[in-house]
Amino acid sequence: MAFDDPLDRPRAAGGRAPDVFRRGGWVPMREYRDSEPVDFVIVGTGAGAGTLACRLAEQGFSVVALDAGAYFRPLEDFASDESEQTKLYWTDDRIVDGDNPLQMGSNNSGKAVGGSTVHFAMVSLRFRPEWFKSRTLLGYGADWPIDWREMWHYYAEVEDALKISGPVTYPWGTKRPRYPYRAHPLNAAARVLAKGCEAMGISWTETPLATLSAPRGLAHPCVYRGFCVTGCSTNAKQSVLVTWLPRALASGAEVRDLAMVGRIDTGSDGLATGVHYHRAGQWRFQRARNVVVAGYAIETPRLLLNSANDQFPDGIANSSGLVGKNLMVQSNQAVWGTMEDEVRSYKGPPSLAITEHWNYDDDKDFFGGYAYMSQGPLPQLWANTQLGAHGLWGEQLMTAMKDYNHVAGLKIVGETMPQERNCVTLADEVDQYGLRIPRITFSLCDNDKKLIDHSLSFMGQALSAAGARNIWAQEDDTCHLNGTARMGDDPRRSVVDADCRSWDIPNLWICDGSVFPTVGGVNPSLTIQAIACRTADRIHQMARRGELERLPAARPRRVLTPSA
Amino acid sequence: MRDPTRHKPADRYPGYDVLSKRNGPSWNDKTRRVVDQRLSIDDEPRFFAADEFALVQAVAALIAPQPAHRPMIPVAGLVDAKLHRGESDGFRAPNMPRERDAWTRGLAAIEAEARRAHGRGFCELTKSEQIDLLEKMQNGELHDAAWGEMPPQAFWKHRLSHDIVMAYYAHPTAWSEIGWGGPASPRGYVRLDFNDRDSWEAAEAGSSDGDNVRRINRGIR
Ligand SMILES: Cc1cc2nc3c(=O)[nH]c(=O)nc-3n(C[C@H](O)[C@H](O)[C@H](O)COP(=O)(O)OP(=O)(O)OC[C@H]3O[C@@H](n4cnc5c(N)ncnc54)[C@H](O)[C@@H]3O)c2cc1C
Ligand code: SF4
Repeated sequence: MAFDDPLDRPRAAGGRAPDVFRRGGWVPMREYRDSEPVDFVIVGTGAGAGTLACRLAEQGFSVVALDAGAYFRPLEDFASDESEQTKLYWTDDRIVDGDNPLQMGSNNSGKAVGGSTVHFAMVSLRFRPEWFKSRTLLGYGADWPIDWREMWHYYAEVEDALKISGPVTYPWGTKRPRYPYRAHPLNAAARVLAKGCEAMGISWTETPLATLSAPRGLAHPCVYRGFCVTGCSTNAKQSVLVTWLPRALASGAEVRDLAMVGRIDTGSDGLATGVHYHRAGQWRFQRARNVVVAGYAIETPRLLLNSANDQFPDGIANSSGLVGKNLMVQSNQAVWGTMEDEVRSYKGPPSLAITEHWNYDDDKDFFGGYAYMSQGPLPQLWANTQLGAHGLWGEQLMTAMKDYNHVAGLKIVGETMPQERNCVTLADEVDQYGLRIPRITFSLCDNDKKLIDHSLSFMGQALSAAGARNIWAQEDDTCHLNGTARMGDDPRRSVVDADCRSWDIPNLWICDGSVFPTVGGVNPSLTIQAIACRTADRIHQMARRGELERLPAARPRRVLTPSA
Repeated sequence: MRDPTRHKPADRYPGYDVLSKRNGPSWNDKTRRVVDQRLSIDDEPRFFAADEFALVQAVAALIAPQPAHRPMIPVAGLVDAKLHRGESDGFRAPNMPRERDAWTRGLAAIEAEARRAHGRGFCELTKSEQIDLLEKMQNGELHDAAWGEMPPQAFWKHRLSHDIVMAYYAHPTAWSEIGWGGPASPRGYVRLDFNDRDSWEAAEAGSSDGDNVRRINRGIR
């Protein structure tokens, strides 16, 4: 083990946490005793958890956030290397089945302080307003219990908190404010997308991205190194690790790294009392007045199911029977081809250009929509795509790989329908902590397949019109995980209410990708963070009115010390 | 004599070696440590038994064949090192064992299939017999009891071919071969457009850099 290996020993301890902006640096961190009931113990530190931890701490609540992953300092811990950076992924054992078994690990979920945002591709999009009422307005899925106008307010808050770089005007949908930072320049891969769209007569734009196009505090602008999905070693990427969490710490939140939560306890009154977690070789119990679960759409239902007890034999917060159900991914099919020109798509964030045309055009023979974006796979990912999706190996593979610098691709983020048969359940086998591992069951429905067919045919034409040759379709990829603890306004048909509060256990909250009733055709993390901001405001209001079970009415607001 | 079709692609980026940038501003300390460590791995097993290892080498030579004119990437050694470290992909089908067990069982099954069909071990088969066996595995046409519950196609797709190809493209020699810029922190890139190359990126044979390609590539730091 290297000296101070963040995967080996917890770093956030002894009154300090890693300073993500300085090599070997530290920032002071408030600490709470296990026996001291904190206002909120939060499971996870990702898009939902980290945002909520920050906003609750800034409102003066005592907050402890636990993450199973390591606390990295990107400047010193991140290599420019695909294999090494698999340390960012959740690679604990999981079983996948169904007609279309999902690829997990690198493809899907993170295990690090900052969650999956440490290795996400930074695409930061708003939902189409109608999607919040897709059942009523568009005839499919389920309505959200939240109004889009309220979400528009929180989207703007998150876009500003992350200094999203984006176009001056966005071509689709309801007017939105100007993005805080200017758009990034296009790379050749993005120009291929633009050429294709122009030939097909549809709009395109620079992708709104959570990476800096100008300096911000101690973080530098993006240097177009292209390793985004393996972690950004320059801190240009506005992940939760370098945005919400420094603010959370500055406002008195405690973060515990390498802390795996195995179980939530409930008392005889049916309220949650705290969480059992494994850290530094032992099981401990953190007492809390409120428990928030935000482990992403696989680990969240797994923890709720693994917390079954005599009072809640089917898992906690599960009177609806919907915990783990309605798992939604996004379809992530692609078309690939080779250009006469050199493209070298490894330079820059992978998806610098986008079209949301098919999210806003309803003249289709299927429900839902999709966006598609330009791509920039690094060599291992590209070789694996040529092998797994294109079926090439041996000399054929070696020859095809030589065209790496000429490859251009278009890839969708497509909506899938909520289906109860797509679910997370518990397998009998156990993991390294002795906890039952999740079984993830997924099958596409006919509507999902129609959407995919439509996208592959359209993108194939667009790529060809842009001048690509030897075009082939990658037919089996998915991304993102949502929906296994959906929100709603009927306790029989949802797990939490609009405030992310469990219908069954009023001091239990779920605040991550799991609460989505539908996924839409855009990447989810901006929406997850917007919901977390809304939840924090709702908690603040309810606490002030004395409506929260175990919380004394509102605490004084602290003076904020934002990081930038 | 060298196969001409093989000769041409091997020279797509003549003179380019991504490692020539090792001490320049495209590599940070962490990257240097990680890649140095990988380059120190040789073709010696720590997880596999000697006969298993020979089998992995034979299969790797088919899935990721290497040109004779340069030092070999120790693909089997890299696969072995990953299993020795106990790294996992983080997901598997219900009838797939975890990584190490899948490899051990899969190799035993390949050996059993070779003996059943030809009366010889896999390493003693001709190249076309070997390829035929791999194709049968890919198509689910193998049924020896040695596979147990594990479907041969799943072993091919998720372990054998996957782990071998990932190991190959983890190596700087493979990066140079395809003209990838390689590690890029903190320097990153400036020129992003079509046919636009930073001076620290590989020049391609046949591009507008013409006869200078080899000289350009040799000078990259
Ligand atoms: C390669 C890739 C690219 C992506 N690109 C984009 C993109 O461009 N745009 C976009 O919007 N989204 C993208 N995403 C998706 C996005 O990262 C996720 O949707 C988002 O981070 C999910 O937020 P979350 O809060 O639900 O969970 P996460 O951010 O995953 O956070 C969950 C955290 O909880 C921790 N945890 C889980 N269970 C426990 C437990 N029991 N005890 C302790 N800790 C626990 C985990 O370690 C993790 O850190 C991408 C994802 C991947 C994998
Ligand atoms: S391209 Fe930009 S955001 Fe991506 S890893 Fe590099 S510096 Fe970070």
